Amino acid sequence: MTTLTRDQILHIAKLARLTLTDEEIEKMPKELSSILSYVDMLGEVNTDGVEPTAQVTGIETRLREDTVTQSDASSAELLACSPLPITEHQITTPHAHG
Amino acid sequence: MNISSLTIGEAQKQLRAKKISAMELMEGCLERIGRVDGTLNAVVHKNFERALEEAKSIDAKGVFDTPLKGVPYLSKDVFSEKGVATTACSNILRNPEYVSPFDSTTTARLKAAGAISIGKTNTDEFTMGASTETSCFGVTKNPWDTTRVAGGSSGGSAAAVSADECLFALGTDTGGSIRQPAAYCSVVGVRPTYGRTSRYGVLSMASSLDTIGPMTKTVEDAALVLEAIAGHDPMDGTTSLKPVEPYSQRLSKSMKGVTVGVPKEYVIDGMDQGILSNLEEAKKVLVSLGATLKEISLPHTKYALATYYVLCPSEVSSNMARYDGIRFGKRGGKSDLKSHYESVRGEGFGSEVKRRIMIGTYALSSGYFDAYYLKAQKVRTLIRKDFEDAFQSVDVIISPVTPTPAFQIGAHNNDPVAMYLEDAFMDGAVMAGVPALSVPAGFSMKGLPIGLQFMGPQWGEGAILSAAYAYEQATKWYEKKPSI
Repeated sequence: MTTLTRDQILHIAKLARLTLTDEEIEKMPKELSSILSYVDMLGEVNTDGVEPTAQVTGIETRLREDTVTQSDASSAELLACSPLPITEHQITTPHAHG
Repeated sequence: MNISSLTIGEAQKQLRAKKISAMELMEGCLERIGRVDGTLNAVVHKNFERALEEAKSIDAKGVFDTPLKGVPYLSKDVFSEKGVATTACSNILRNPEYVSPFDSTTTARLKAAGAISIGKTNTDEFTMGASTETSCFGVTKNPWDTTRVAGGSSGGSAAAVSADECLFALGTDTGGSIRQPAAYCSVVGVRPTYGRTSRYGVLSMASSLDTIGPMTKTVEDAALVLEAIAGHDPMDGTTSLKPVEPYSQRLSKSMKGVTVGVPKEYVIDGMDQGILSNLEEAKKVLVSLGATLKEISLPHTKYALATYYVLCPSEVSSNMARYDGIRFGKRGGKSDLKSHYESVRGEGFGSEVKRRIMIGTYALSSGYFDAYYLKAQKVRTLIRKDFEDAFQSVDVIISPVTPTPAFQIGAHNNDPVAMYLEDAFMDGAVMAGVPALSVPAGFSMKGLPIGLQFMGPQWGEGAILSAAYAYEQATKWYEKKPSI
């Protein structure tokens, strides 16, 4: 049975860039452990020599010419979706270096 | 009878004969929404003004040359539509509200076919759930019993079709999110083959599993909508080049020569007695229509749900990375980037989305990938093979859609695994990438709707639609309407 500790939860949240509420930190070890314990049953299945399925219908990557084909939204419309300030057609983000 | 209770097929006949106008049909739907949606909470974004203008313009031209011309529909709140709010029922896209600057392929195709969008329907946040209880707009109530859920995640779409708030709706099905609410609300819901419909412009949950499909009052209507939206799209590399069949013209009331597989694994402990007895009734109906029944085995069925709950959260954790408060979404207010991400995502996402991001992040983290994601992809191969083997000797497979009818609101609040088990009969088809649908199949002892599932081989939409049509025409369960 797989169990996750409170410290592991905090570490995963850090990796996922998520702030958890106190209530979530309290509940997550139990909830996530119950889900992981449920999926542990996959260990019973013998998958020796079985290929993984990533694309279920077998369609392979189709290449196309590298030309601009999309014309349904302008760059101004796309920038307008941002909640952050726009300066010279660029989104001004918070500083990456603290 | 309200005009909005017409099927697409009936509405089109009356529009062509000028017995009704597109405007009357539209006003009928809007009036119905006004009357019942305060109770149901199925519609979360309204596009009424534009819808009325489009109806007026279609009437002015007066040409009803395609089956969907002038037909009002609702789409789940994950379909991008230019100029309309698309929020995935999540706080992360709600303030400021995300308004799509472009159309999804599906809504663009419907527009080209003359269908008129009237708004967006409620869903679990980013489609993660089986009840719409994780929506930031609150739960959608079941039109048949408003103390119960309408199912999910496409619960708003199912309730809206069931209560005649529109003629049809769009849903998405990643792990059962079209079929389960369709069963709970007594409407038809189709999950097509993976790659039969384009995902372009639809907010992704789990990219290797997501599909787009219709939710309608009848099987014929589902065929009509699927014909309009299916087919190759250069904007979605997983769509197939195979031509789309004229499904609606190939529906047959006979099942002569059709072999129907009945998998023995699709009966489990704790199932509702009504669902079990309805399945037996359905088998008799199919035989009376000329079908041959065959008991089959899909040996890896019990692992489908566990496979789903590795693959889905893993892909969720990757797909949700785009919601970082930079290009769209919530405002942050923190001065450094890492705190900005953490606070926007921490405050914007609800608990179920966070749970799946956490599970996925863990499963994909260094040292765990082989044990979880890769293992699940291998089990997926075995499940797919089960179906391939079965379809060597049967044309379609039937099963219940869910083990029980619609549950009480709040029943699974503190037990995520119990909520996940609602999908146990639907994840096999998901893993195999095969088409599956839910068709109304009667009512439980308590009067709650029950669905019957038809599954077919990959690209076998025609076969399941035709079989479901024969069953529907013999039973006519769709004629029964909720009393709301």
